[in-house]
Amino acid sequence: MRRSLWAVGAVSVLAFTAAAHAETITIATVNNGDMIRMQKLAEDFTKNHPDIQLEWVTLEENVLRQRVTTDIATKGGQYDVMTIGNYEVPIWAKQNWLVALDDMPDGYDTDDILPSIRSALTYEDKLYAAPFYGESAMVMYRTDLAEKAGVEIPDQPTWADIKKAAEAMTDKSNEVYGICLRGKPGWGENMAFLTAMANSYGAAWFDKDWKAQLDSDEWKAAVNDYLDMMNEYGPPGASSNGFNENLSLFQQGKCGIWIDATVAASFVTDPDESTVADKVAFAQFPNKEGVDNHGNWLWSWNLAIPTSTDSEDAAKQFIAWATSKDYTKLVAEKEGWRAAPPGTRTSLYENEEYQKEAPFAEMTLNSMQAATPDKPSVQDVPYTGGQFVAIPEFQGIGTAVGQMFSAALAGQMSADQAIQNAQQLTNREMTKAGYPK
Amino acid sequence: MATAHSRSAARLMISPAVLLLLGWMLIPLSMTLYFSFLRYNLLMPGAHDFIGFMNYRFFLTDPAFFSALINTLLLVGGVLVITIVGGVLLAILLDQPMWGQGIVRVLVIAPFFVMPTVSALVWKNMFMNPVNGLFANIFRALGMQPFDFLGQAPLASIILIVSWGWLPFATLILLTALQSLDRDQLEAAEMDGAGPLSRFFHIMLPHLARAITVVVLIQTIFLLSVFAEILVTTNGGPGYATTNITYLVYAQSLLQFDVGGGSAGGIVAVILANIVAIFLMRMIGKNLDV
Repeated sequence: MRRSLWAVGAVSVLAFTAAAHAETITIATVNNGDMIRMQKLAEDFTKNHPDIQLEWVTLEENVLRQRVTTDIATKGGQYDVMTIGNYEVPIWAKQNWLVALDDMPDGYDTDDILPSIRSALTYEDKLYAAPFYGESAMVMYRTDLAEKAGVEIPDQPTWADIKKAAEAMTDKSNEVYGICLRGKPGWGENMAFLTAMANSYGAAWFDKDWKAQLDSDEWKAAVNDYLDMMNEYGPPGASSNGFNENLSLFQQGKCGIWIDATVAASFVTDPDESTVADKVAFAQFPNKEGVDNHGNWLWSWNLAIPTSTDSEDAAKQFIAWATSKDYTKLVAEKEGWRAAPPGTRTSLYENEEYQKEAPFAEMTLNSMQAATPDKPSVQDVPYTGGQFVAIPEFQGIGTAVGQMFSAALAGQMSADQAIQNAQQLTNREMTKAGYPK
Repeated sequence: MATAHSRSAARLMISPAVLLLLGWMLIPLSMTLYFSFLRYNLLMPGAHDFIGFMNYRFFLTDPAFFSALINTLLLVGGVLVITIVGGVLLAILLDQPMWGQGIVRVLVIAPFFVMPTVSALVWKNMFMNPVNGLFANIFRALGMQPFDFLGQAPLASIILIVSWGWLPFATLILLTALQSLDRDQLEAAEMDGAGPLSRFFHIMLPHLARAITVVVLIQTIFLLSVFAEILVTTNGGPGYATTNITYLVYAQSLLQFDVGGGSAGGIVAVILANIVAIFLMRMIGKNLDV
């Protein structure tokens, strides 16, 4: 008895000294497929950095955002590495909440990061987050249905092309719906799509004096076309469809056209998951005739370090590993090139093996290069951001406006009523927040 | 016999417990009250100015507030009606001697143990989904267009989901009450020529009154704060169709990170719950005296 006690004591002392050497960093991340894969491959990192231990907190997107925002805003210091979107990066950098990543280890090659992504993560000439994967939006459509219906979707379609094709592909009696779009309320759900669509109609959220512009003719046209297409050719219950619901509909072969994030491409062309894997083609995000602006969607999931951390160096080493070219290679070795995290590095798109295995590579790169989040609208606007407005208040406003358009889609409200409500509540929130600042 | 001396000693001795209890309740409440008077948004750091009743004004004039209030009452009322009517009927049914009684009772009670998020997910994806759901398939098999439950009748759908979870609870309580009913009374009534309906209304229902009161009381407390079902199925939408007060407070504090506004909403919710409680107590207090 006494001997075993002694042994326990000795072991705990040993464990304690070991813990004193090893540094533990806590990483908060989102439960998307690519991040889950990163956790599996993290052994490669800990093997080379025996003095750093990793602890994972994996959460669903909305919950992650709530936790991370609360932690960083109250200086909680719970996490050493945070997974955040490009929406948060400039806002948080401005508030001195993030550690600048301007001294990454040798060989990291910051210049290799796609210019559009790099500029989205830069605040006052300093990089504040490293991109893990990035995306824009594009059109995905079924070649077999298009052929059967006798329509063609050009590489750079207009909304009229899309509408015509959706009409021709619709076959409701066989449960084939011409077009699937997001309808679930939320600033990152239906409003991401609708803002991008409105941008491509020449609309803007705010004018120079931060007055809401949701009741402008451009917004009305975009919203009415969206509702028309969804009501006539969309699936039933669209007002609760988000990215995942539409993905599953498309994979089951129930959608003719789906316009959404470019990362979806690797899922719809995956023969293990998709029944239509070999019948998908891609086109750029549509624009309205006469408006020289595609829906310039730009999103990336990035790793960043909060200033409240006490393990800045260890966190930086981890980020350098997870977003490096070597990590991409590691994924390709273990799971094939198709699984490589897309949309962050120029070198990936110059890689011939990747181009061969990923039929969506070219369109993804084109869409990402076409994104101009610095100039979201053809109008002069006081904000930046593609499918969002880069101000702290946008999360709340976007979600509330999303509720209105979702109600219009469900037929609970007329389009005019929804637009009018959206306009009013946006102005109300902006007044409450004290704009113009 | 307690002297004045021993009484004050007793007071001294229980004071730590009382203080702990007070602190337990008062500190969170007063913090919420304090925050509700500040301009405090997590995303906008800086001074947290005192702004008086502005948060309350914005919360009460929020276009969603009135709908949320109505929805909360409809939700509580709707679920109460369904669970009590259904519960009484089920209780009478389960009270009859039948083959496999034990298993049937366990099955009837089972939904109560399903977590709200899980039941909401199952209902949303497996039953109510207008493309893949069971109901949609039944509708199509009958040659009708599938009905989009969560889009066309969102609040009713949520009432249905919540009722499904609470019906077993009501059934359980009412069944226990029914089993304590004296059989002789029923037999005597039957011999006097009372039909089944008048036996139900004149003997069973009065006997169940107290159990129904308990069900109403307990369920109201829980139903005022229904949240998981709404978050999982409709996110409070479309529009404000399924936003209740709880969801509105959540939206303020965790979607907009507005601590001040959320706290004000929390205080408003506490006041409203108290108003409901006062009415309930009045009505029920009378009933319990019987």
